[in-house]
Order: sequence, then structure tokens, then C-alpha cells
Amino acid sequence: MKLLLAILCLSISSAYAQYPDGKEILKKIDQNLSSDNRIFTSKMIIHGRRTSRTIESKTWTAGEKKSFTEYLFPAREQGTKMLKLDDQLWIYSPSTDRTIQIAGHMLRQSVMGSDLSYEDLMEDNRLLNHYNAVVTGAENVAGRPCWVVKLTAFDPNMAYQGLKLWVDKERNIPLKEEMYAKSGTLLKRSELSNVENINGRWYPKKIVFKDMLKDGEGTEFIIGNIQFNAAIPEYVFSKANLKK
Amino acid sequence: MIRFLFKGLIRDKHRSLLPLIVVALGVMLTVVFHSWLTGVISDSIEYNARFTTGHVKVMTMAYADNLDQMPNDLALLNADSLTVALKKQFPGMEWVERIHFAGLVDVPDRSGETRAQGNTIGFGIDLFTPGSAEIDRMNIRKSVVEGRLPKQNGEILISNELASDMKLKPGDTISLISSTMYGEMAIYNFTVAGTVVFGTSFLDRGTIIADIADVRQALNMEGASGEILGLSQKGYFDKNEATEIAAAFNRNYNKPADEFSPVMKTLMEQNNLGALVDYSSVILTVLVAVFLLAMSIVLWNAGLLGGLRRYGEFGMRLAIGEEKGHVYKTMIYESLLIGTFGSLAGVALGMVFAWYFQHYGLNLKGMMQNATIIMPTVFKARITPVTWFIGFIPGILSTLIGTMLSGIGIYKRQTAQLFKELEA
Repeated sequence: MKLLLAILCLSISSAYAQYPDGKEILKKIDQNLSSDNRIFTSKMIIHGRRTSRTIESKTWTAGEKKSFTEYLFPAREQGTKMLKLDDQLWIYSPSTDRTIQIAGHMLRQSVMGSDLSYEDLMEDNRLLNHYNAVVTGAENVAGRPCWVVKLTAFDPNMAYQGLKLWVDKERNIPLKEEMYAKSGTLLKRSELSNVENINGRWYPKKIVFKDMLKDGEGTEFIIGNIQFNAAIPEYVFSKANLKK
Repeated sequence: MIRFLFKGLIRDKHRSLLPLIVVALGVMLTVVFHSWLTGVISDSIEYNARFTTGHVKVMTMAYADNLDQMPNDLALLNADSLTVALKKQFPGMEWVERIHFAGLVDVPDRSGETRAQGNTIGFGIDLFTPGSAEIDRMNIRKSVVEGRLPKQNGEILISNELASDMKLKPGDTISLISSTMYGEMAIYNFTVAGTVVFGTSFLDRGTIIADIADVRQALNMEGASGEILGLSQKGYFDKNEATEIAAAFNRNYNKPADEFSPVMKTLMEQNNLGALVDYSSVILTVLVAVFLLAMSIVLWNAGLLGGLRRYGEFGMRLAIGEEKGHVYKTMIYESLLIGTFGSLAGVALGMVFAWYFQHYGLNLKGMMQNATIIMPTVFKARITPVTWFIGFIPGILSTLIGTMLSGIGIYKRQTAQLFKELEA
């Protein structure tokens, strides 16, 4: 019996030994996707039940805590600005000249009716800081060999308590993601494509998000220009900048 | 003989007083409960019809499937032309467009930043078109407790409770944060014209009322409406009329394959009101049946006690030659007299209480704090023609049945034993 158990343990450990360390993979993903700060323009195509809409914006982020977004298109949204500092979010509406503060739980609401939440859009969390990772297998996604990595959040307050990533073995970026609630419910799914090498890092220029809890055909998030580690003046992340 | 029996009942109060009191109390309770229940159910149905359901309501099928979420992204497009068609095709109904929406009320401080926020349910209704009956239909004029009705676009009414929580007064500016028809964030400024109390917890917790044109602008719903309500010109819900109109409309307009095609639903198909209407008649039947049964049992027992007390009297009457059937018949006549007078007294007493509840009602606001359907907080009775006889007939019947049951004992008396019993 003891021999049988020993063989079983050995075979399990040898199976996992074929896979790389989860933390190492997260570290490489963070090196590709995260940066001290970044500036990018984006186009969000929201496919609703009736129509599709396009929203364009420009975003400045610094670390995990600071983010500023200005909407450029359509005309109704032009000039709307959002500032996120830690877990507080302010939205400036030019038509009403009002700065509205959004409470913490509201950060998980949909942005402009899309499949993205404010947290999805404005946060640049380094995975290594928030999740424990285990590689559970290998599969092909879009014709590319990937590691299947399961992530579990350290912090019970994280929006997504579990993640499942299909990470490109060669380029170390996820090509597919599934986001889970604590209960195990699948909340969102995303597919990352148009991967480009930008300043030595691999970066997906197109992400299709699908909120699994709402109707609609999903939201395409297409990144235009992106600059990593560009100098961003501190005033960008101030409330005074909302009304400028 | 009736006069003879009547005198007997008056002179021997032991024979009549207890059954009379029992019948009167029972009838009174039936009258009060019936009128109260009728009032509560009627008020609830009318409140719901005027505020949310209409007697019939037109929506898109997709909207109807998610009605609780007020999904204005699934609203009726070109609602104005559909309303014109409805007015032409079904002139027996008044047709009104409404936008029902949810959102946040955000109150700015002096620097324009958020001072307070609260959840709100809003109604976009026609406030300004000359001849619009919406203000009176929703009893808004009488509901204003501070300030005044909106006079121009951009002005709203807000529930007094929400205004008080957020320290708002007439003249203050608030921002509505909601979603546009296309899912974008909507932020729109309004000026508070007045505060209102509707007398129903669901609405008083946090309602705002704005002109539908303002709401269309705020939620980017030009030409669209979430709902088109149809209210019968009869002034009350007529189940047959509503069902016929809904069937006729759905035959012409509804396309099951298209989730955005319009569908008409009657009041009975919304907010579980169908169950309320159906159960109300069942409840009334059960109420009368329980009363009849309970009173019969009580009066049967009262009759048995009376029978014991009058054991000697019946024995004497049988001994001197009165037929058992005649004794039984006189008891029945007595019971009819008691039943009639008891019922009359019960109806009179019940009507006094019913009138009181009809005028002043019973305030159950404390029990309605978490209500999720529109119901008045002051529950008022309603006296209808049925109220006058709902307790009267069961009152007489219960006395009659009780006496018939207890009087059976007369037929068990052995004539041969009577004198021995009397001697004893």
C-alpha cells in the first residue's frame, strides 16, 4: 500500500515537474504587460443587443494606483474625464460641469455599457502582486502552444478571485483569459490578439471582452498608440485636471 | 305566532341575548373584513395601474422579459407613432408614454463635488403638455408637501424622504446619474421644484418625477419610450376589456421571432397582480365560509346550552301534547328572528367601522418599509353594495343551521319518560 502511494505521489510530482513554475510565468507576463506608467489611445467597440457603438479615449496610468482617461469620441462623450486614485473614482461631465465621485463597489459596474468595468479599464495590476499561480496543463490557442495557468487571489476583495490564463509559451502573454468569482462563477472571458512587439515587449493590441452575466456580443478593446514608461506630469492625476 | 315568539325572546333574555350578540359580532367582523379587504385590493390595483402597470402596457418583448431591471436599452423606438396608432385603434383607452428608470441622485457641494448620493427610481411622465392627465392620475398635485409642481423643463419633484436624507430643498440642483439607452453613463442636472409624499413606501423611499422630454434628453432616448400605458376611460380595471384589447394588439403587432417587437400585457400579467385579483375573490369566499362554519358551531353550542336550560320547558310542552315538529319549528322561527335582528345589528355596527376605515384608514407604514410592490401605506376600507349583504345572509344561515343541529335533540325525547323526568 505504501509503495502504491509513493508511486502515485511520484507520478503526480513528475507530471507537474514538466510544467514551469507559475510565479515565473506571472513574472514574465508582468514584464510584458505592466509598466511603471503608460499612455495609450484606445477604441472600444461595444456590440449591444441592438446596435454597436464606438467610443474612443486616451488614458494615462501610473503604477497600480493612478489612472486618468479622457473620452474623445462620440460627440456626446467628448470631454468626459475619469480620474482613479486608489479605490476612488471621479468622473467629470462637461455637459453638466459636474465632478461625480463613484463609490467603491460602483467601480465594478460597466463602463459606458461595455463589457469592461472601471477596474478592468483603469487598473494595471501586476499579477504577481495579487495572485498565486499554478500551471495545470498545455493547450493550443489560435494555433499557438500555451500553458494553462490557474490563478488564485491573495486578497479576498479582489474583483476576480480566480483567473484561468492560456499563456503563449514563446511570447509570455495570455491569449485567452477567464475571470471567476469566489463562488466559481465565470464572470468574464477575454481573447487577446494582434500581438505586437513594442520596445522589446510583446503586447496584445486587441482584446475582446465578454461579460458572461449580460446579453450582447461583447466589447472589442483596440489599442492605438501606446507608450510605456513615458514621463507623465503629476498634475495629470489631480482633480484639477478633470475640469481643464 | 311570530308576535308570540318575539315576546318570548324579549322577556326571556337568556334565550336570545347570547346568540344575538354572537351573530351581531360575527356579521360585524365579516362586514369590516370584507370592506377592508375590498379597499386594500382595489387601492393596490389602482395604485399599480396608475404608477407602473396601466390597465394594459405596451413594451418590447425583450423589455417585458426584464421588466424589473427597467432596461431602457430595450425600449420602444418610434414610440410616438405607435402611441398615435394606439389612440386611433383603441379609443376606449387613454394612452400615455412613460420612461421608468433607475439611477443615482448626486448632490453637489459648493465646489461642484459630490456631497451626498442616493439611489432613485424615476418616472418620466408628460408634465407639461396641455390637457395631460398625468399629474392628476398620479395624484401628484396633492402629494406635494414642499415647494411646487415643476413649471418648466429641467425641474423635478423628489420624494420627501430622499430629499430629507440628502438635505435637499426646493431650488437645489441635483445630478441624475444613470445609463443612456445605449448604455453610456448619463449625467444630467435637474432643479428640485418640490418634494412629494405618495403614501406608499415603495415610492416614498426614493422617487423622482421629471417631464418625459427631460428624461429623453438625459437618457439619450429621442423618440423612444420604455413603456406605453393604456388606462381605461371607465376609470377602473375591466378584465375583459383589457384582455380583448391586448389580444387584438398582439395579433397585429407582435412578432414572436423579433425580441424588439411590441407586446401588450394586461395588468393581470404584471407584478403578480393577476394572482392578487384572483385570490381576492377566493379570499372573500373563504372568509364567508369560515364565518358561516365558525358561527354555526358557536350557535350550535349555544343552542345546546339553551336546549339544556329549556329542557324542562320542552318536556312540559311535549307532555301537554305539543308535537315534536311544532316545537322544532318554533325554535327555527325563533332562530330566524334572532338571526335577522343580530344580522341587522351586525351590519349596522360593521358599517360604522367600515365607514371609519374608509375615511381614515389604518396606517401600516411601519410594516411596509421594505415593500417591493406599490401599495398604499394607509390601508382604507371600501364600502360596496356587496358589503351590505355579505354578512347578513350568513348571519341568518348560521343561526338557522346552529339551531337545526341543536334542536335535533327534541326528537330523541321519549314521551313515556317525560313525566318521570319532570318529577325528577
